Amino acid sequence: MSEATDFKVIGTRPIRPDGVDKVTGRASFGADFSLPGMLEGAVLRSPHAHARIKSIKTDAALAAPGVKAVVTGADFPQVAAGAIEGGEGGGDFADLAGNVIARGKVRYHGHAVAAVAAQSRAQALAALALIEVEYEPLPAVLSLDAALADSAPLIDEGLMTSGLPEPATAPSNLASVIEMGNGDLEAGFAEAALIIERRYQTPTVHQGYIEPHACVGRWGQDDQAMLWCCTQGAFDVRSMTAKVLGQPVGSLKVIPSEIGGGFGGKTTVYLEPLALQLSKKSGRPVRMVMSREEVFRATGPASAATIDLRMGFSQDGKITAAEATMAYEAGAFPGSPVGPGTMCVFAPYRIANFRIKGMDVLVNKPKAAAYRAPGAPQALFATESAMDEAAQKLGIDPIELRLRNAVEEGDSAIYGPKFGPIGLRACLEAAAAHPHYTKAKDAGVGRGVAVGFWFNVGLQSSAEVHINEDGTVTVIEGNPDIGGSRASMALMAAETLGVPYESVRVVVADTETAGFSNVTGGSRVTFATGMAVVEASKDIIAQCCSRAASLWSTDQDMVEWRDGAVHPRPGVNVEATPLSLKDLAGQAGRMGGPLLGKASLNARGAGPGFSVNLCDALVDQETGQVQVKAFTAIQDAGKAIHPSYVEGQLQGGAVQGIGWALNEEYVYSPDGIMENAGFLDYRIPVASDLPMIDTQIIEVPNPGHPYGVRGVGETPIVAPLAAVANAVSASAGVRMTELPLSPPRVLEALDQA
Amino acid sequence: MKVHVQTEVNGEAVEFLCDPTTTLLEVLRDNLGLRGSKEGCGTGDCGACSVELDGALACSCLILAAETQGRSVATIEGVATPEALHPLQSHLLKSAGLQCGVCTPGIVVAAKHLLEQDPNPTEEAVRYFLAGNLCRCTGYDKIIRAVLDAAAEMRGEAA
Repeated sequence: MSEATDFKVIGTRPIRPDGVDKVTGRASFGADFSLPGMLEGAVLRSPHAHARIKSIKTDAALAAPGVKAVVTGADFPQVAAGAIEGGEGGGDFADLAGNVIARGKVRYHGHAVAAVAAQSRAQALAALALIEVEYEPLPAVLSLDAALADSAPLIDEGLMTSGLPEPATAPSNLASVIEMGNGDLEAGFAEAALIIERRYQTPTVHQGYIEPHACVGRWGQDDQAMLWCCTQGAFDVRSMTAKVLGQPVGSLKVIPSEIGGGFGGKTTVYLEPLALQLSKKSGRPVRMVMSREEVFRATGPASAATIDLRMGFSQDGKITAAEATMAYEAGAFPGSPVGPGTMCVFAPYRIANFRIKGMDVLVNKPKAAAYRAPGAPQALFATESAMDEAAQKLGIDPIELRLRNAVEEGDSAIYGPKFGPIGLRACLEAAAAHPHYTKAKDAGVGRGVAVGFWFNVGLQSSAEVHINEDGTVTVIEGNPDIGGSRASMALMAAETLGVPYESVRVVVADTETAGFSNVTGGSRVTFATGMAVVEASKDIIAQCCSRAASLWSTDQDMVEWRDGAVHPRPGVNVEATPLSLKDLAGQAGRMGGPLLGKASLNARGAGPGFSVNLCDALVDQETGQVQVKAFTAIQDAGKAIHPSYVEGQLQGGAVQGIGWALNEEYVYSPDGIMENAGFLDYRIPVASDLPMIDTQIIEVPNPGHPYGVRGVGETPIVAPLAAVANAVSASAGVRMTELPLSPPRVLEALDQA
Repeated sequence: MKVHVQTEVNGEAVEFLCDPTTTLLEVLRDNLGLRGSKEGCGTGDCGACSVELDGALACSCLILAAETQGRSVATIEGVATPEALHPLQSHLLKSAGLQCGVCTPGIVVAAKHLLEQDPNPTEEAVRYFLAGNLCRCTGYDKIIRAVLDAAAEMRGEAA
C-alpha cells in the first residue's frame, strides 16, 4: 500500500511553476525559437493519394532567389527495418523514414516529397512551385473494405501479413493480425438468453492540438547537430531523427520547447530530419513550421475502425460469451493501435468465453499516430454501446448490468495479468449515487452511461534533485510538461523532502542535461517520472542522514528523517538540534560537497485506470442536431497529486470524446483528398457547444507507486464516445452505431426509424 | 517593395518595414519579437493570435501589417503590469484554466475584451464570446469559471 496517507502538500492545488510564463505569453513554444542566420524551410507535398514518383527535378528551385538548399528522398539513407521501442505510436524505423520523406512512391495526399530552405518563408514557398515531379497516379485505397478486397491495389508491394497461423504467401494491405481467446465461444453463445450482434464504425479523427509542429535544426561541420522542437519526448525525437539520418544518437542534442498540446500526436517526427538535412546542405540553421492544413493532411490522425461485435447475455445480465473482429486503419504504413484496442475491448468485464481478432490495415491516408489511449476509444465505443443495448433489452439498469460483470482485484485481465486494486466497481457505485444519475431527465433528453479503461504504462524515467545552498530545490527531469506535470513533480518532491511547494522549481531539460526518459505519453509521467523524483528525493534524505550522523559522531541508523529535518532517533543519546535541509545545504561544502540526488528506473506496476461517464443529450428531431445538456466524468486516479489538473484531464478528455462522437471526421474526396483540412470545417468542440463538465475523482491507491498514483491522462477519452452515443440513441429512439453523430446522420436515422 | 509602417503597440510607438502581404501576426512575432500571440491556424478559426486593434478584438493572422499604420494594437504582452497579473491571468492560474497553455494568450486577450464590454456576463455569454478561441486541453470548464471569477473580482465582489 502507499507509504503515507496523511499528506502535507499532495492533494493541494497550488499554482503551477510555469504558470505565469504561460498566462503572460512569455513561454516559448515550438515556433517561438529562432537563431541568427536562420533559414525558413517548407515542404513539397504529394498532390496524389497514391502514385509512383517517376522523376524529381530540383534545379530550377535551387536556382530561385534566396534558396540555399533542396532535399528529396535521395538525400536520405535507406533505413533498416526495426521496431520503434518505448514510443506510443508503434511502428518501424524503416516506415518512419519512408513517412518523413517519400521514396519511389507517395502513399497519401500530403506525403512529403521534397523540402526547401530559403532566406524567407515566401521564397521557400515560391521555390516549391519550381520543383518538377513526374507522377504515375495509382488507384487509391480509402476504406477498410477496399483495402481488404481481393483485387485491391497494393500500397506496399512487399507487405506480407504477420501474425497469421501460416505464413502469408502473397502481399496484401493487411499488415498484421492479432488473435486471442479463451473458453468455449459457441457454448457461451448457446447459453445466452440475449445476443447483441452489430457493426460499429468510427471515423478518422485528428488529435487537434492547437500548436502546429515546429522545429529549428542546426547541423555543424563536425556532424554534431542540435534540434529545438515541440515534442512529447525529446529522447524519442533524438532516436528517431538519428535513425532517419543514419547518425549516432550521441551526435544529436534535442532541446524541447514548451508544447502546445500533443495527445499522442507529437510522439514521432515529421519535420525534424528534414530541417537537419537542409541545415547540413546549407550550412545554416533551418526553421520549419507546419501550417494547420499540413497538420491535418500529413500528421497523425487516429485510426478509423470497424468493429464487428457479438455479445451474449444470460437473462440476469451476465456476459456468457463475447466476440470482436476489429479492423483499424493504419494509414499508409503499418502500425495502427489495433493491438491496444484488442487489449481494451472487453477489459472491464469478466468473460469466460471470448475471441478477439484485430487487423492492422493499410489505406492511402496519413500514417496513424497515437491519440490518447490509442485504440481504446474505438473499442469501448463498440462494447459499451452493446452493453447499453443489452441493459435496455433485458430491462436491467445500465450501471447494475455493468456491476454484475465488472472485473475486480484478483481477476485476470483478458490480456493476461491479474488486476491489483482497481476502481471500476467504486466508479460504478459512485455513478449510481451521483445526483446526475439520480435526478429526473428533462423532456426528450436521453441519458447515456459508459465505462472507460486504459491499462497505463510505466517505462523508463530519470530525475535529479539538486539542493541549492539556501535549501531551495531544483528538480531536473526530461518529460515535456503538457498539462501541469511540473506542478505534480514539485508536489511530490516537496512532500518527500518536507519542504514548502514554493521552494521547489522543476526544469524540463534537454537530452544532454536530463537523464533518459521515455515519451510523455501512456499516462506515465506523474506515475513513472514522479516515482523517479520521489526516489531522487529519498537519495537526498539518505545523504542528509549520513551527513548528520557523521556530524553527531553517531551511526546512520541512530538518526531519522522527520518533518524536513534529520533528528536523532527517539531514545538515542545524542545531544543535537535537528538539522534541516537548509542547515545541511548551507554546510554542504564542509560535508562532502553539494547535495545531489538522482534516480533512474524502469517503472513497473502502473495501475490500470477505469472511469464511468454519464451524458444527457437532446436530439433536435427536426435538424438532427445534438446538444449535450450535462456530462459527468468519474475516474479512479489512484491518488490525485494536484486535483485540479486531474479534473482538467477528465474534462479535456471528455470534450475530445464528445467531439469524436458528434462532429469530428476526415471527409475525403473519391480520389483521396481530405476536403476539410482546417478548423472551420473540421470542427472541434467550442465553448458554446458545451455544458460544464462535472467530475468526481475516485482514489483507489496504486500499490505500485509510493503515493498511490495511477495514470489519469488517457482513460478520460475512452468512455465519452459510447456515453454520448447511448444518450443520443435514447433521445432519438434509434440505436446509433456509426460516428460521428452529425446532424445529417442523426436525421437519416430518425427518418428510417 | 516594402511598406514603412508607424503604429503603436501596447502604448509604445513602433515602426517597421514589411511586405504588403505580411500579416500583423508575422510582424508581431518576427519583426517586433512579441511571440505571445500564437499561430494555431492562420485562418481566423482558433483565436490563438487574438489582439485588439483600436480597441476591437481581432485575429492578427487576418490583418495585414500595413493596415495598422497610425493605429493602436494591444497584445498579450501588454496585459499584465510589472507589479501584477491581470485578474483574468491570476484566475486562470488559480482555476487551472490552462494545460498546455498555447491558447491561453488568445483567451486572455479575448476575455479581457469581453469584460471591458460586459463586466457581469452570464456563463452563456462567456461561452458564446469565447467560441472563437479553441482550446483542445481543458474542455473549457475551468476557463469559463476563471473568467466568471475574474469578472466578479473586478466588480469588487470576490472574497
